[in-house]
Amino acid sequence: MGSQTQSKADQPWRRWIAERTPQLILVPTIGATLIYVVGFSLWTFWLSLSTSTILPDPTFAGFHEYVALWKSKRWIVSFQNLFLFGSLYVAGALFVGTLLAILIDQRVRFEAVWRTIYLYPLAISFIVTGTVWRWIFHPQTGVELALKDLGWIGAKFDWITDRDLAIYVVVITGIWHASGFAMALILAGLRAVDGDLVKAAQIDGASMARTYRKVILPVIWPIFLAVAIVLLQFAIKTYDLVVALTQGGPGVSTTVPAIVVYDLMFQRGQIAQGAAAAVMILVALAAVLIPYTLFMIWRRRQEGNQHG
Amino acid sequence: MSSLVINDLRKSFGGVEVLKNINLSAESGEFIALVGPSGCGKSTLLAMIAGLESVTSGEIRIEGRLINNEAPKNRDIAMVFQSYALYPTMTVRDNMSFGMESRRVPKAEQAETIARVAALLQIEPLLGRKPSQLSGGQRQRVAMGRALVRDPKLFLFDEPLSNLDAKLRIEMRSEIKKLHQNVAKTMVYVTHDQIEAMTLASRIAVMFKGILQQYDTPQNIYERPVNKFVAGFMGSPTMNFLDATISPDLGVIVDGGDGKVLPLQDGQIAGLVAGQKVVFGVRPEHFSPVEEKRAERKGGRSGVVSVKVDMVEPTGAETILMTKLAGQDVVVSCEPDDMHAVGDEVTLAIDMTKICLFDPKTEARL
Amino acid sequence: MADVIAHHEFDPLSTGSPRRRILSKSAVYALLIVFAVCYLLPLLIIFLNTLRPLQEIVRTGFIAWPHEVSAQYWGEAWGSFCIGGTCEGVSRFFKNSLMMAIPATVFSTAIGLVNGYILSKWRFRGADALFGLVTLGVFLPAQMTLLPWAFVLGKLGLSNSIAGLVLIHTVQGISFTTLFCRNYFLNVPDDLIKAARIDGAGFWRIFRRIILPLSPPIIIVTVIWQFTGIWNEFLFGAVFTSGDHQPITSAIVAFSGSGTGERHYNVEAAAVIMAALPPLFIYLVGGKYFVRGLTQGAVK
Repeated sequence: MGSQTQSKADQPWRRWIAERTPQLILVPTIGATLIYVVGFSLWTFWLSLSTSTILPDPTFAGFHEYVALWKSKRWIVSFQNLFLFGSLYVAGALFVGTLLAILIDQRVRFEAVWRTIYLYPLAISFIVTGTVWRWIFHPQTGVELALKDLGWIGAKFDWITDRDLAIYVVVITGIWHASGFAMALILAGLRAVDGDLVKAAQIDGASMARTYRKVILPVIWPIFLAVAIVLLQFAIKTYDLVVALTQGGPGVSTTVPAIVVYDLMFQRGQIAQGAAAAVMILVALAAVLIPYTLFMIWRRRQEGNQHG
Repeated sequence: MSSLVINDLRKSFGGVEVLKNINLSAESGEFIALVGPSGCGKSTLLAMIAGLESVTSGEIRIEGRLINNEAPKNRDIAMVFQSYALYPTMTVRDNMSFGMESRRVPKAEQAETIARVAALLQIEPLLGRKPSQLSGGQRQRVAMGRALVRDPKLFLFDEPLSNLDAKLRIEMRSEIKKLHQNVAKTMVYVTHDQIEAMTLASRIAVMFKGILQQYDTPQNIYERPVNKFVAGFMGSPTMNFLDATISPDLGVIVDGGDGKVLPLQDGQIAGLVAGQKVVFGVRPEHFSPVEEKRAERKGGRSGVVSVKVDMVEPTGAETILMTKLAGQDVVVSCEPDDMHAVGDEVTLAIDMTKICLFDPKTEARL
Repeated sequence: MADVIAHHEFDPLSTGSPRRRILSKSAVYALLIVFAVCYLLPLLIIFLNTLRPLQEIVRTGFIAWPHEVSAQYWGEAWGSFCIGGTCEGVSRFFKNSLMMAIPATVFSTAIGLVNGYILSKWRFRGADALFGLVTLGVFLPAQMTLLPWAFVLGKLGLSNSIAGLVLIHTVQGISFTTLFCRNYFLNVPDDLIKAARIDGAGFWRIFRRIILPLSPPIIIVTVIWQFTGIWNEFLFGAVFTSGDHQPITSAIVAFSGSGTGERHYNVEAAAVIMAALPPLFIYLVGGKYFVRGLTQGAVK
């Protein structure tokens, strides 16, 4: 009798523990994620409002640094570069990726080999990619010298050292790195399209180009959107590629926001302004991701309604 | 002794009551079927008996022991799932021994039990295979085997046959019946298929909208349904419901017709008042040619009606007629040999000993 | 590759006249070859230059056929090339990267598996909100965390250390791995967990016996992605480490940027190829899982 009452007495808290094992195990993750996602973001935001220079300083200063940041020419250039690079990079990677996906979709032999070749740049770091392409683009080591060597003495290919053209070097390298990614996802999308659609279009007398343009590609537009969003995210966060390729130069002609953040924080001792620039990167990401997320939720609801 | 007792059981999910005041008990060795349309709460009730859903209020007892707050493993139950839920990475043998390992059953005893159950279900050749290498019927057997090795006080089945094709379903249905006769354990069986419930169960619990409508033997459920819902749910084709009025001599007059009185039996008239509106329920198979005198041979009375045939659906064993009786839709089942054509006026006898009368408002049987 | 099975038996390009068939097919292959050359050539050129003597590179640049070939530059790059005063080549930095990427991959994958298991199979109130929070970590730009990390690493005494980078990549990686694993486990039927609970298995036993045996595909995907991601990462290494403690990516930038004297292109090229080899190797071996991770990560 005694033992029975005791076992009954200690049952509740043991059950309590047993029922909450999952939540208890998650506590460290919750803590780390809260600190990392919420804590760090607020911390950086708060630093952007402070008078911090070389060292963090908690004195509140308001939005001065944001104003100063948007008045600095370097930052304006970096944002212009981001828009130019971002749009060309996304459009280029989608275009090349779609072309490759369509080519591979033609029941070609050695499909896996082609796919492996086009996708491999994605496995290599931006640092390696940037270094490799710097050597190729540079007039003293790359294409220009090779052309001269072939006997074309007047050959000139110096985009990478040209203030107006260097950003296109970044774009080309970026497309080389990311088009395989677009190819892989678009190919997966093409393979999911109902094969009868193609047959119907053929019987309707549509050419292959028209079949893809009018029938198949419109069906997989959500994939294009998803790929574009992911690539846009890469573009906004771009740092390593530019560092390895041009180091933001010549001058500031290829500077991007992430480079400005690094310089302000760790080279120039303007922590508050660096934090403000970091917050602006977050805002740019949010401007892309929040509408996309809301759109996806809306779309899912619509579909849910249609299916009753 | 009662093997399973459920008292005043309630369940709500965030303010929505999905089970209302369920009372149910099963004698040892009984086979209980829980039936109802989807969303009626039958699967929730089973999950609560299993301990996979918490109890909002009320009590569940297995062999007298209150198990409301016991973990599933401590309830001495075994369960067969609709999806079979065979562990995909384990062999059939490991699937069966997994629970015994959890309970620290000695190895030798495990092997012995598996051998016995495998022989019973004739799945010995499958013991070394993975679930992905089994056919639907074999998976079903293995799922039952996994439940059987436990030798529990209570077996729970959650629509175990609904993933099988029609032929296999009928085969497995009789397997389960045979199994129940062999092991003689209490079983609770959830299904939406009323034929499964009728063929397997010693008692059927019909549920609708979270309420236990009727809990009785299959025969009583079929012949004396407590309300219009139970009458309509059990039986296929479903019972015909006709608007009708009680005549001055306490017979039934179908509304909208020629006013012909269909006579009731002495036992059916208690509490009826002349002029009372009723719903007149008659099953398709209780129509027969007048000359058969089916009711009279049992000492009862029959009511003669004339119906107009709208459509004829032969199914082989019987022929279903879609007809109009006094302007109301009526489904009639007849012998395939009774040749009727669309547009025919047919005179038929209703076996009035089998009919049901319901209150049009409360839908309860009168 | 299971994800992109070629299932159309119908090939529009092999209909019509033989002339049309041959023409269209050859156009397809010609384009495929042109693109393949564009993708392969840059790395091939750099590889050839790891074998050429320096004078030859200086004279003709990178884009030229090698005349003299030697493997000695690989040896120099690995073991004796001087970077910032020490002459140990990139071997030290290569090892640093391994010491960083392997533990961070193991930790973040292990934690992600358990998190994903809980968030998909032991749902509780607030689980979705928590999952949303974890997902936010995937998108948070590194720039937002640089200053706080500097402070935290300083407090923990992990400044300029590989251990500090392991910590950063583990915390950051949990977001990715939890997302991947949770989405994967959502496809495991709940009935399996119910059946195991009735069979008397508890939280950890279900994890060990049911979930883990089903997990190899997702483990491979997360390991590949975590390892290549961490190996290739540059910013954290550049900000939080210097000198001997750098991972290989920041070391490469450090020595190819610091050249005041003569540039040793052949040795540098060998070092760059070395930095690319581990992720390339993983990509070639686990290509199918690489693509699977890609589709899961991007589309879901």
